[in-house]
Amino acid sequence: MKIKEKIFDFFVYLSVVTVVLIFLGIVLSIFTEGIKLFKFVSFSDFAFTTQWRPTADSPLFGIGAIAVGSLVVTVGAMVVAVPLGIGSGVYLAEFAGKRFRELVKPTIELLAGIPSVVYGLFGMMVLSPWVQKYLGASIGLNLFTTSVILGVMVVPIICSVSEDALSVVPMSLREASLALGANRWETTVRVVLPAAKTGVMNSLVLGLGRAVGETMVVVMLAGGAAIIPTSIFSPVRPMPATVAMEMGETVVGSVHYYALFAISMLLFLVCFCLVLVANCLAHRGREL
Amino acid sequence: MKKLLVLFSLGALTFMGCKGEIPKVTIAGSTTVLPIAQATAESFMQEHSEVDVSVRGGGSSVGIVGIIEGTVDIGDASREAKSKEMEKARAEGVELVKHIVAFDGIAIVVDKSNDIGQISRADLQGVYCGKIINWKELGGIDKKIVVVSRDASSGTFETFVEKVMQKEKVVASSLKLGSNNAVVSSVKSTPGAIGYIGYGYINDEVNVLKVDGVMITKSGIKSGLYPISRSLQMYTNGLPTGMNGKYLDFVKSPAGQKIVAEQGFVEIN
Repeated sequence: MKIKEKIFDFFVYLSVVTVVLIFLGIVLSIFTEGIKLFKFVSFSDFAFTTQWRPTADSPLFGIGAIAVGSLVVTVGAMVVAVPLGIGSGVYLAEFAGKRFRELVKPTIELLAGIPSVVYGLFGMMVLSPWVQKYLGASIGLNLFTTSVILGVMVVPIICSVSEDALSVVPMSLREASLALGANRWETTVRVVLPAAKTGVMNSLVLGLGRAVGETMVVVMLAGGAAIIPTSIFSPVRPMPATVAMEMGETVVGSVHYYALFAISMLLFLVCFCLVLVANCLAHRGREL
Repeated sequence: MKKLLVLFSLGALTFMGCKGEIPKVTIAGSTTVLPIAQATAESFMQEHSEVDVSVRGGGSSVGIVGIIEGTVDIGDASREAKSKEMEKARAEGVELVKHIVAFDGIAIVVDKSNDIGQISRADLQGVYCGKIINWKELGGIDKKIVVVSRDASSGTFETFVEKVMQKEKVVASSLKLGSNNAVVSSVKSTPGAIGYIGYGYINDEVNVLKVDGVMITKSGIKSGLYPISRSLQMYTNGLPTGMNGKYLDFVKSPAGQKIVAEQGFVEIN
């Protein structure tokens, strides 16, 4: 029995060590390759100029426009996803009947399991022609199309996590509020939502992380123009799309190759910070 | 237990031994040449079951640098080796030998509603560097031009820049799409759009423009009469010998060239 326990201990210990080693390996390889870029391109040229022309005769590696592309696409996705996600989360937790909730919540969570290439295909074949036809956009593959599809992808995460947070708010809080004469709407907005604040914020941060890092959808829908968008129908070129589209056709060890790693490095840092924030929020939520 | 271990290692050894004897041809490079390389490699392996031909993409640069660095046996390229690459090859003591395996022409396409019919190379350059922004400047209808380009790392982009843009840069606001098919579907659905694709990807969902008065045809591409045409080549280090030579002979043979035509390219003879 004792030996069995020891083997089990050792096995789980080994798993955790493996996971940590894999993580460190990934971080190390991305950073060692990414850092090399700055031997050829100064950091300020990389971060603060907007011309991305990696294959020109005198190549330029400014990610300004690409970073802005990522930013606007993410903000756009959140504009779509936050009201829908929190709204549906609140409805499911506070207003829906038990049967309705048990039917609808798994359905929404199912949306999170759809491969992103399927979302991309839908955006390309259905939404993009529709945007051209009914919204008068000259180009179907643009910031707007990308944001809508990304937003829809993020909704299930926000909905599910915020519903969980709302449903663990003690019943006594709601009862007290109702007893004081507040109606259900006031109770939800003034009492339940503030009580579940950290959980709801956590859902937003998780959704944000998903939107920033999503690759397939932005490759297929963003249009790929490395410019700072001038309207919501401008094509953009977010960071993950740049790495995915160019990595296959670049020479290993070239400046371009290191530049793509440097972009990956930046993406990693952004997502890492988001996860840290999410963890802090979850921690604070537990203390309350 | 011990017996099993010995058996296993013996098995592994024989397997490894076998593996060492299979002649291997590694091919890498241009994604434009990739379909030719893949299809010919498959047929070649059916005839020569003793050979293992592995084909990868990666782009023309990957193919040529692969030959210089000795990491591949055959390097595909949809452009000629640049002078920088020639120098590097000489410095490494590598002799780049070019084998033309097919020809490809880049067609200029617009959406079906556009009946402009033709464009000069100078105007094409103007459109793609963002100086000409409306079809009426070219004698067409009053409609904004939506410029569709390929991604900057594709061979088609490189050839287009070399043949049309020369020193000018492709306007940053143009769409940069990842494949010929994406360009066709985007141009098809976008009134006012202009795009460029490989000859093999022309279909009747888009209108093809004459360039400098010349319509894209097989013979025009081969003779170079059509201005935006190029040869597709496979590079080797020195004259190919052994299996590399046999494979290249196969690609140039009538059977190999039939595959080239099936893939939408133009045969060499």
